[in-house]
Amino acid sequence: MKRKLVIIGAGMASGRVLEHILAQDPDGWDVTLFNAEPRGNYNRIMLSPVLSGEKTYAEIVTHDDDFYAQQNITCRFGEAVVRIDRDAKVVHSNKGSAPYDKLLIATGSAPFIIPVQGKDLPGVITYRDMDDTQAMIDASGNPSGKAVVIGGGLLGLEAAAGLALRGMEVTVIHLMGHLMERQLDPAAGYLLQKDLEARGIRVLCKGATKAILGKDRVEAVLLEDGTTYPADLVCMAVGIRPETRIATDAALEVARGVVVNDQMVTSDPDILAVGECVEHDSQLFGLVAPLYDQAKVVAATLLGQDAAFRPVQTATKLKVTGVDLFSAGDFADGEGREDIVFRDPARGVYKRLVIENDRLIGAVMYGDTGDGSWFFGLIKDGTDIAAMRDTLIFGPAYQGGASADPLAAVAALPLDAEICGCNGVCKGTILKAIDGGAATLGDIRATTKASASCGTCTGLVEQVLASALGDAFEKPAAQPICGCTDLTHEDVRRLIKARELKSMPAVMQELGWKTSCGCHVCRPALNFYLLADWPLDYTDDAQSRFVNERNHANIQKDGTYSVVPRMWGGMTNPRELRAIADAADKYNVPAVKVTGGQRVDLLGVKKEHLPHIWADLNAAGLVSGHAYSKGLRTVKTCVGTDFCRFGTRDSTGLGIKLEQRLWGSWTPHKVKLAVSGCPRNCAEATCKDVGIICVDSGYDIGVGGAAGMDLKEVERLAKVATEQEAIDLTVAFIQLYREHAKYLDRPYKWLAKVGLDWVKAQVVEDPENRAALIARFDLSQSVYQRDPWAERATSQAQAEFAALADLTREAAE
Amino acid sequence: MSWLDIGALEEIPQRGARVVKTVHGCVAVFRTGDDQVFAIDDRCPHKGGPLSEGIVHGHAVTCPLHNWVFSLETGLAQGADDGAVNTYPARVEGGRILLDAARLIRGAAA
Repeated sequence: MKRKLVIIGAGMASGRVLEHILAQDPDGWDVTLFNAEPRGNYNRIMLSPVLSGEKTYAEIVTHDDDFYAQQNITCRFGEAVVRIDRDAKVVHSNKGSAPYDKLLIATGSAPFIIPVQGKDLPGVITYRDMDDTQAMIDASGNPSGKAVVIGGGLLGLEAAAGLALRGMEVTVIHLMGHLMERQLDPAAGYLLQKDLEARGIRVLCKGATKAILGKDRVEAVLLEDGTTYPADLVCMAVGIRPETRIATDAALEVARGVVVNDQMVTSDPDILAVGECVEHDSQLFGLVAPLYDQAKVVAATLLGQDAAFRPVQTATKLKVTGVDLFSAGDFADGEGREDIVFRDPARGVYKRLVIENDRLIGAVMYGDTGDGSWFFGLIKDGTDIAAMRDTLIFGPAYQGGASADPLAAVAALPLDAEICGCNGVCKGTILKAIDGGAATLGDIRATTKASASCGTCTGLVEQVLASALGDAFEKPAAQPICGCTDLTHEDVRRLIKARELKSMPAVMQELGWKTSCGCHVCRPALNFYLLADWPLDYTDDAQSRFVNERNHANIQKDGTYSVVPRMWGGMTNPRELRAIADAADKYNVPAVKVTGGQRVDLLGVKKEHLPHIWADLNAAGLVSGHAYSKGLRTVKTCVGTDFCRFGTRDSTGLGIKLEQRLWGSWTPHKVKLAVSGCPRNCAEATCKDVGIICVDSGYDIGVGGAAGMDLKEVERLAKVATEQEAIDLTVAFIQLYREHAKYLDRPYKWLAKVGLDWVKAQVVEDPENRAALIARFDLSQSVYQRDPWAERATSQAQAEFAALADLTREAAE
Repeated sequence: MSWLDIGALEEIPQRGARVVKTVHGCVAVFRTGDDQVFAIDDRCPHKGGPLSEGIVHGHAVTCPLHNWVFSLETGLAQGADDGAVNTYPARVEGGRILLDAARLIRGAAA
């Protein structure tokens, strides 16, 4: 006879209880699962990636309808339990009732609402479940919407980051002196604040909310000091409290949470509780790791096994993409406590270890948290660190004279070092799974759950696999281009060449595209690969081009365009400047700006005016600057020997020659060059895709620089004696990049994959190959080096850039 | 319905779009790879991007500003994004594109 188990609340803890019970005793229980939310178990800690748009709801469901059906679980979702009748052993909901032999309370927690005026206005929400998340996503659909997040703790900051990624203007108001004060010290809190502010999030510490203002819905937040912050959305994330109402009503013992013993049993022997609603040994629980431990104990108790819940220390990470912080243990200042601090302001790295009696008791890290789990292990084990104190802060790789190999840090971890904080999986468990045959990240997730919850330890798990399996471990396959195919960019490029695929339909048919005509991700990439590999056979497809390349101008946020004429090597003259000024007047150009690439940008031109302004500029000899293209942008130069008293060579002349050779070519991503006439480097050549510095003895050619999302200095490709060699190497390098790089990889990213040595072997050390590359570049230029402005000076093109029909003069009936 | 001839099918490239100006704003008229035509508002509900400038794939278009994807058939945002644009009756007859003039002049609300 099956026993009846009723569970109130489908959260992460009760989901884990179900898994344990079904795994060990699949036929012993009739399970009824109540959930006030109209859905089943999902991974609540992944709501932040859903909010930020990095994941969808479907991706975070842990148990779907099929699972419940297969396991014969009676699901009563959207049904709130209102009363427990302990005498009759029945629970009553708003829609019906259910008898139980054993009852599990897993009601979780409720957000704390600060009792200020206006807290109930529409537009004031908390951040707890999928409905809250959806409400925030909906609110962020309003362009130029403003959001105020009250509370600068873990949840509040994840909400703020998500809303900012969705395009809202976000202000965080935090009562305390620095962000995440429970997990971070002031220095790390400062770095976090700086990082968030760099993402456009305004942070206000020591801000006390006085009232939320608004008539029919929220309009602003008023602080105690009298300042107000306009808000279309207010997210209150000031904390949570255990949801204990039904337990209190049923006269169970309740303190701050539902009181349980070591077996997770409440004051009624047939009622257990698990998760954020419980209080154990005067302690509440908010992070997922102890909840999973509790779930294990609940299952054991229900199955009549011996088990006892012992809370372990937990470490914290913030799930905001690109923000790297770690905190564990106790890091308050105190008598007898000593600090070891490491700061690298330029990299934004801060590490602080707190030591008491030769033992590590706390660690806070920001910017570089790779050694977090090793420090966490030292804290948990109370290891005596006196012997390694000198090098402790540098992490495990520097202990015992070991090398700084990235894998060494992982290899040095002890077996009980925690790898996955969410699921409490230590290195030993993973190694055991590897001994048992697990060889991929997926295997490890399936057998140990490590990296299966929030995913921040994925890299660490891969390193454990790599250190255990060596070469037998294959890094997970690279990402496919998009949902239309399973192939990677590299696969597709290789197959286009090898199988001589020369048209878009040929690629999609032969390589088994899953959609009829691709999508906005794959089509621009395929269009580039085809035109780069088959310049004579393939016809450029304007409809597979991003708008800027289709309209030969950069689209602006209001749908107008910018127009940038080419200025060869940054040189111009009064006649060209007059033509630009006349065009700006004639077309009422709202803004004229000098660009960083040494030319002039006319901003705010209407689409239908583009062919006309181009024709006017063309008439003065100006051509398109391709400021919108994945192609050659500019060649920046200094004045070289013509005027400068330091110049060693004619850098302006070389820049103009390069620009005239390279303009009009399409490349995987934009390409910027510079030529400086002496090592003072006024043209800033050392952060360009190709940067040439003239010296007395010749030309230093650097490649792979960057000054955008990443900042990178060029690496030297070669030093050559003559101008012709400098031009040849540059052209060959760019053709190699065109033939091999992944679409939207700048040269520095591509170089990081193929290595500078390989590029040197192709371009510098093999003159025959260099000549062949140059010949293929020139062949492509014979097709593609055309001024798009001149080509669109026809009346037909002018008509195509205008509306198809104008009905504005048709009167309404 | 009063069908209005607004131009030849050939005036819009396959997997492309042109706009029709109305007093209520621009309407984007799309021609898909299978030579069907669809008319929707030329304004993405997210940040106002001109959908007529987006890349057309299947019976969908991707907004050029932030990559929201809309069904040309229903006007609904696809995937995780939530939003919709108005759709307008459109058809092709004898190589000419016909739109419902009354609806365009009245605006979407009617």
